Amino acid sequence: MSEHSSSSPLKMYFAVFFALLAGTGLTVFAATLDLGPFNAPVALTIATVKATLVALFFMHVWHASEKLTKLVVIGALFFLLLLLGLTMTDYATRPWS
Amino acid sequence: MEIAIPKPVERENYLNKEYGVWSWLLTTDHKRIALLYLISITFFFFIGGFFALLIRLELLTPAGDLVQADTYNKLFTQHGMVMIFFFLIPSIPAVLGNFLVPMMIGAKDLAFPRINLLSWYLYIIGGVMMLHCMLIGGVDTGWTFYAPFSTNFTNSHFIEAGLAIFVAGFSSILTGLNFVVTIHRMRAPGLTWSRLPLFIWAHYATSIIQLLGTPVIAVTIVLVAAERGLHLGIFDPKLGGDPLLFQHLFWFYSHPAVYIMILPAMGVVTEIIACFSRKRIFGYSFVAFSSIAIAVFGFLVWAHHMFVAGMSVYAALVFSFLSYAVALPSAIKVFNWTATLYKGSIHYDAPMLYAFGFLGLFTIGGLTGLFLAALGIDVHVTDTYFVVAHFHYIMVGGAVMGYLGGMHFWWPKISGRLYPEGWARLAALIVFIGFNLTFFPQFLLGYLGMPRRYYDYSHMPEFQVLNVLSTAGATVLGVGYLLPMVYFLWSMRYGKPASDNPWNAAGLEWKTASPPPTFNFDEEPIVTWEAYNYEELDAPHEQEVPVAR
Amino acid sequence: MPDSTVVGLHHEEQDHPELLHHFADPQQQRDASSLGMWVFLATEIMFFGGLFCAYLIYRRWYFGDFAAASKSIDMALGATNTAVLICSSLTVVLAVWAAQTARRTLLLASLAITMLLGLTFLGIKGVEYKQKFDEHHVPGASFSFDHEEIPGHPGQYANPAHAQIFFSLYFVMTGLHALHMIIGLGIFLWLFLAAWRGRFTPEYNTPIEIGGLYWHFVDIVWIYLFPLLYLIDRHA
Repeated sequence: MSEHSSSSPLKMYFAVFFALLAGTGLTVFAATLDLGPFNAPVALTIATVKATLVALFFMHVWHASEKLTKLVVIGALFFLLLLLGLTMTDYATRPWS
Repeated sequence: MEIAIPKPVERENYLNKEYGVWSWLLTTDHKRIALLYLISITFFFFIGGFFALLIRLELLTPAGDLVQADTYNKLFTQHGMVMIFFFLIPSIPAVLGNFLVPMMIGAKDLAFPRINLLSWYLYIIGGVMMLHCMLIGGVDTGWTFYAPFSTNFTNSHFIEAGLAIFVAGFSSILTGLNFVVTIHRMRAPGLTWSRLPLFIWAHYATSIIQLLGTPVIAVTIVLVAAERGLHLGIFDPKLGGDPLLFQHLFWFYSHPAVYIMILPAMGVVTEIIACFSRKRIFGYSFVAFSSIAIAVFGFLVWAHHMFVAGMSVYAALVFSFLSYAVALPSAIKVFNWTATLYKGSIHYDAPMLYAFGFLGLFTIGGLTGLFLAALGIDVHVTDTYFVVAHFHYIMVGGAVMGYLGGMHFWWPKISGRLYPEGWARLAALIVFIGFNLTFFPQFLLGYLGMPRRYYDYSHMPEFQVLNVLSTAGATVLGVGYLLPMVYFLWSMRYGKPASDNPWNAAGLEWKTASPPPTFNFDEEPIVTWEAYNYEELDAPHEQEVPVAR
Repeated sequence: MPDSTVVGLHHEEQDHPELLHHFADPQQQRDASSLGMWVFLATEIMFFGGLFCAYLIYRRWYFGDFAAASKSIDMALGATNTAVLICSSLTVVLAVWAAQTARRTLLLASLAITMLLGLTFLGIKGVEYKQKFDEHHVPGASFSFDHEEIPGHPGQYANPAHAQIFFSLYFVMTGLHALHMIIGLGIFLWLFLAAWRGRFTPEYNTPIEIGGLYWHFVDIVWIYLFPLLYLIDRHA
C-alpha cells in the first residue's frame, strides 16, 4: 500500500495525534474566552481542522491513489452543505416575510 | 435392437443450477436475487393496488358512504406508502438493475453479493413490518406523515410504519452502494464510461440519490418516532418546535426519491428506443450527463412541496426557480429520444409500445410539474387532484410503463422464453387507455378545485362525472396489469424458448445464453465497440458481428 | 471470508486464498471494499447531517436557552471523551500499520486498546447520561429546567421548552453516536478474533483498513459534536 519506509508513517501518525490533542485543548480554551460572535466560527474551524487531519492522514485520503476517494468525500460534504444551506435560506429569510 | 435416443440435456443456467428453497433463500447470485425481488414487489403492487381500488370505489359517489373518514385516511396513506416504498423505489433497480447491471458491464456478479442478499432480506423485514402494521389497524397520517399530526395527534400505528420504511430504506441504500462500487470497479476490459449502456448511467445516477437522500429520511423517521414515543417537542409548535423543519427534512429525501423512481425507467426506455429504432441513441453524452444532472439538481428543489406551508416567500422564489431548472435535463432526454426515433427503422413490439407510452405520458407529467413550480399557479392547485394527476402521470405513466417495457424487453433473457407478442401488445394498449382514462380526468378535477385526500365531496357533487370516469379507467388499468402477470407465468412453461438475442439488440447481456449461466459469461468479455452499435448488428453478415474475444 | 466455490481453481485463487470468486484479482477486491466503505461513510455523513441541520436551526432560534442547557452538561467529561477517541484513532492507525508490516503483537495490542478506549468512551457517556437523569434533564414527562439563568444575561431565565429541544437533540445525537460506537466495538471484536487466528497478512488486511475508516468516521462525528453541544457559551 504505502511505499514509505516503516518509520515515517509512524512519525506522521504521532504528529497528527498530538496536533489533535492540542486542537482539543485549544478549542476548550477558546470557549472560555469572550470572542463575541466569533466563538462558534472559531470552534467550528478548529473542529474542521481536526476532522481534516483525521481524514487526510489517519484515513489516508492524502495519499489515496484513487481520485475517486477524494471525490466521494467532497461529494458527500457538498450534499451536506446543500441540506444545511438551502434549508437556511428558508429560516434566514422567514423574518423578512 | 432399439437405440434409446437420449433426451437433450438442458444447458446449465442460473435457474436450473440448483433446486430447493434454500438455494434461493441463501443465494448470492444477483439474478436469483432479482427474481426474489420480482416476486416480492409484485406482491406489494397488489396490496397497493387493492387500496387504490377501494379509494376509487369510495370516490364513485360524492357521499362518504363506503368507508369512514378515518378508514379512508388509512387507505390513501397505505396506498402511498406501499406503492412508493415497497413497489416503485425498488422496482426497476432491484429487479432489472440487479439482474442486468453486472451483465451489461461484463462482470460475474455485483461487487458485494452477500450485501445484495441482505438488501432483499431488509426489504422483506420492512415489508412484513408494514403488513403487520396494516393488519393491526394501519396508519392514517398520509404517506408524508407530517408533524405534528404524526408525532402528537394520530391514534394510528405510525411508529411501526415508520420503522418499516426505515428498514426498507436501508435496503435501498445498500442496493445503491452495490451498484456504485460495481460500476466503478468491475467493468470489463475496454468498457470505458463512454461505452456504457445508458441504462447503467441511469442506475448510477439513481444510486447516488439513494445513497445521499435515504439517510436523511431515515434520521427524520427516528426523530418522529422519538418525539412520538418520548414526547420530545422537536417538531411541536407548543414546545417551540417547527413543523416546517420536519417538512424540510422529509422532502429533502422525498423529492429526490421521485427521481429514484423515474431515472431507471428512463434508462430502460433508452435501451428500448435504441433497439426498436435500430439506431444509436442521439446525443449519447447528453443523455448520460443529463442523468447525473437530474440526480444533482433533484436535491436542490425539495421545498417546492412546501410553498403554502408557511415558509419564507424569498426561499420559495429560489426553490421555484431551481424547480424550473431541474426540468431541463429531463427535457434534454425527451429531445434525444425523439431525435433517435427520427429516421429510425421503427418496430412496434410490446416493449416499444410501452416506450412510446412513456414518452407521451412522462412529457405530460413533467410539463404539469412546471405548472406546479410556478408559485402563482401552485397556490391554487396544490393539495388538489391536479397534483395527484401530475405525479401519477410520472410514476405510473412514466415509471410503471418503463418497468413493464423493461420486463417485456428482457423477459427472454431472464426466463429463456418468449412471451406471446399479440397478448402483450393488447395489454400495452389496455394499460395506456386505462391509464389515461383514470388520470386525465384528475387534472380537470384538480383544476376545478377538488381537494385531494377527501373521502366525501358531497359539497361539490358536480365532480362525480369525472370521478366515475376515473374509476372506470382504473378498472381497465387493472385488467391491463393483470394480463402480463398471466402470460409471463404462462410463458415460463409454454412459451417458445428464446435464443441468446431474440431482438438482435446491442449490449453485453445479449451475448450470453438466455437464461444466462450462473457466472454470466463463459469467458470474460473484452469490449472494443461503442454502445448501440446497431449499424454493425444490422449489417449484412459478410463481416463478423463483434463478439467477445 | 474465503468463498472459492468455482470449480477448477483459477491460478489467481490458488495464489490468493482470500480472493472472492466474482473478482478478477485481489487488487480489484481491495479497491471495491475500500470504495464500498467510503460510499457507506458518505451515507453516514447525510444521516448525521439531518440531525446537525435540526440542531443548527434551533440553536440559531434559541441561542440563550441552548447556552444555558449546554452549560449544564459536563465539559470536562466531554473533553476527556474527545481525548479518549483521539487516542483510539491513533491505536487504529497503528493496528493498520502493524497488519501491513506483519507485527502480530502490535496488531493485537492496538486492536485491544482501541476496544478498551471505546468502552471507556461509553462508560464516560454513561456517567454523563446518569448525571442528566439525576438532574431531570432527560426529555419527557419528568423533564424540568426551571430557573436556569441564560449565560451572560443575569436575571433572564431559559425557556424550559426550548431547553428540552436542546436536550432532545443532545440525547438523539450522542445516543446515535454511541450506537455507532457500539457497532464499532463489535466490528473491532471481530477483527481482533480474526487477527488472533492469523487471518491478516501484509497482503491481505483490508478488513482492518476499512474497519479503521469506520472508526475514524465515528471519531470525526464526535469532533463536531463536542464543541457544538458542550461549548456553546462557556465564557460567561
